[in-house]
Amino acid sequence: MSEHKTSFLKKYVFTTDHKMIAMQYMFTSLSALLIGFFFVLIMRWELAFPGHPIPILGSLLSARLTPNGVMSPEFYNMLGAMHGTAMIFLGIAPLGFAAFGNYVLPLQVGAPDMAFPKINMISYWSFVVGCLILAASFFLPSGPLQSGWTAYPPLSEITRGTTFWILAMVFIITSSLLGAINFIVTGLNMRAPGLTLGRLPIFVWAELVTSAIILLAFPPVEAGAILLLMDCVAHTSFYLPQGLTILGHASGAAGGGAPILWQHLFWFLGHPEVYVLLLPAIGIVAEIIANNSRKPLYGYKAMVGSLLTILILSFVVWAHHLYISGMSPFLSDFFAITTLAISVPSVILLTCLVFSLQGGSIRFTTPMLFALSFLPLFGIGGLTGIPLGVTVTDIYLHDTYYVIGHFHYVVVAGILMALFGGIYFWFPKWFGRKMNESLGKWHFWGTVIGINGTFFPMFILGLAGQSRRLWNPLAQAHNVPWQKWHVVSSVFAGILLLAQIPFIYNFFHSLFKGERVSDNPWEATTLDWACPSPPPHGNFSSPVAVYRGPYEYSPPHRRDSWIPQNAEAS
Amino acid sequence: MNLLHFFGLPPAASTYAADIDFGLRLTFGAIVFVFFSWSVYLAYLVFRYRNKPGGRAEYEKSEGISKAMIPGLVVLVLEMILIIFWEIPVWGKIKEEMPKMGDVVEVNVLAQQFAWNIQYPGPDGKFGRREQKLVSFSNPIGLDYNDPAAKDDVVLANELHLPLGKMAVIHLMSMDVIHDFAVPEFRIKQDIVPGMDIPLWVKPTRIGNFDLACAQLCGFGHSLMVGHVIVQSPENFAAWLKKEAPNPQAASSANNF
Repeated sequence: MSEHKTSFLKKYVFTTDHKMIAMQYMFTSLSALLIGFFFVLIMRWELAFPGHPIPILGSLLSARLTPNGVMSPEFYNMLGAMHGTAMIFLGIAPLGFAAFGNYVLPLQVGAPDMAFPKINMISYWSFVVGCLILAASFFLPSGPLQSGWTAYPPLSEITRGTTFWILAMVFIITSSLLGAINFIVTGLNMRAPGLTLGRLPIFVWAELVTSAIILLAFPPVEAGAILLLMDCVAHTSFYLPQGLTILGHASGAAGGGAPILWQHLFWFLGHPEVYVLLLPAIGIVAEIIANNSRKPLYGYKAMVGSLLTILILSFVVWAHHLYISGMSPFLSDFFAITTLAISVPSVILLTCLVFSLQGGSIRFTTPMLFALSFLPLFGIGGLTGIPLGVTVTDIYLHDTYYVIGHFHYVVVAGILMALFGGIYFWFPKWFGRKMNESLGKWHFWGTVIGINGTFFPMFILGLAGQSRRLWNPLAQAHNVPWQKWHVVSSVFAGILLLAQIPFIYNFFHSLFKGERVSDNPWEATTLDWACPSPPPHGNFSSPVAVYRGPYEYSPPHRRDSWIPQNAEAS
Repeated sequence: MNLLHFFGLPPAASTYAADIDFGLRLTFGAIVFVFFSWSVYLAYLVFRYRNKPGGRAEYEKSEGISKAMIPGLVVLVLEMILIIFWEIPVWGKIKEEMPKMGDVVEVNVLAQQFAWNIQYPGPDGKFGRREQKLVSFSNPIGLDYNDPAAKDDVVLANELHLPLGKMAVIHLMSMDVIHDFAVPEFRIKQDIVPGMDIPLWVKPTRIGNFDLACAQLCGFGHSLMVGHVIVQSPENFAAWLKKEAPNPQAASSANNF
């Protein structure tokens, strides 16, 4: 392939190359994760030591945010809402779905680029505009959103900062929709000759199903957000009932709207969004486990069937977030049944991954450690969801710290660990160099300890009946005996931060000085390892064709422990 | 002895708390059992099939409907048994069926940023009319004292008194944003949605003073929105209510003011 002579701006900024766009997503979303983590570290100081001045930062920020160095409740609510938004919409979703998807999916199907390179570029820049609007909202006189990342009206309509949040969400949702179209068309139409649907790697299947979920789930919340925007700026009453009295003053709203309507529209996106975060992570874990256990993935068809089942079921579970919202209690039984039913495909996916280890010859590389830890840690996240899906036990646990513990085990202990594993796994493909293994192991063990120490105490706090989103938990007498667990959680959050230092150092050091490796250092079978590392413009030096399934490891009657998908003779 | 008390669960104080605690014990027991048995199996696999020099993995593929489906189906059957035979009836008892009016204590809870307004109907058993334009600092719920039913109403801030062992029906209403009525000892929780009147019932089983804390983010004062539920013996409750009841003269003078 000839190297194009391109200007810096065209190569690194306004690029249409899927690999560079993937790297743009990667660096943007990793930065968002770090920033969102700093937000919550400030909050964790307040939670562990309510009313004590924040060290250093307290004196640097304005008196409105931190009077006398102590975090104000408004500032706490701003950080809370922005932490959730940054982690979910700017961090995990773009990292798993967009960054890995953009880099790996075209390579795994043997395509020279995405189907619509320009749409791909627009998708990334739409995402950047959304990020910038959110960042800008911190500098407004009103500050950013203060009503939780879920922005429930009427609170979101009477606190300020909501307008910018909605505008940002519209750009971010648009970006996801454009990306989803691109992935579906690329994954289905640009497959190399011989790469039938039954030979697609699980990661490609996961990205295709995720794209379909995005296409179906995001438009309703985008429409709902426009209605919320109209309520905020044009004084309509889509979500406002009549006769509200806000802090002693009659609200001028005409009324006739319903606050719960927003919750339905939001969670119609919100729950499928969990699978948007999860499925790419499962795809990554499947690739890593098959590669490192050196045997074919167990139950390929059962896994694909489970992914497709999740695609359908994820659209009929949203109201399990609304059991005690004031929605008719007669609706809850239906959603309890669907919610517990959707655990079945997840159990099958995990079972297949575990069974894939049986009879293997497991290599304990850094990516494999992260992938293996996904199995029990995501297991905790999934299992602790059962008492929340069951309506009766949800009455007690809803809106407590237990919920926070549950979804952080899912998203951080499960999904983020898998994404870290993916970074270590595909780093040699991206840069032609390997990340340092011992630093990777320090990162792994530090993160495992930090995550469990941070999130496990939340189960105890929740069982003690402590509500989430409390600026000062000690204002409520029943929380006082359990305060020590907030301190434990905050200390381990600090350890979690320290554990990321070897990762950041390793990433940038290996980028320039890491050990140079061959095109296929992990001895992997899929097409992404059949092109040079890093792949040139157009990816493959010669046209590829596929002759077999994706995970032909340790085939009988061969000395090698793998046959690439594109190897012609057996 | 419930092991969950060791992990934070406060002692129960309502009739349906036993049902909810049973559910918590059952689900947490299942979680711990499944997690540990799977973890042991996973650890065994990881150790048994570690990479050894000269070792080679087995070439084994499972196509079609495989035994990976079995754990999923077992889970499905157990979950559906739990839902059909336990969850649906208990949920119905707590949230769907309201006790018949008559020998019950009726209370209105009018939540606002950041306080709980409690309204008892008084001896006449009728709640006085409320009107938005009458809301003021001295009349936070906008009670219309021209309404005869309002004259004997008892209005309090942040104190909900309930008699022991008697059915209470609490009407949850919000004046501004969404709040949430949560009393951990009662094991009850219900969002309070502006524009709606959501009834909730509780039958206290223990005398005490419990926190009534808002459980839905309602603004900057959310964590400070704490009231008290005071469960008294029926005699003490009746005596207290009698003491709190306004005399008609005071009520009408308040109206003139």
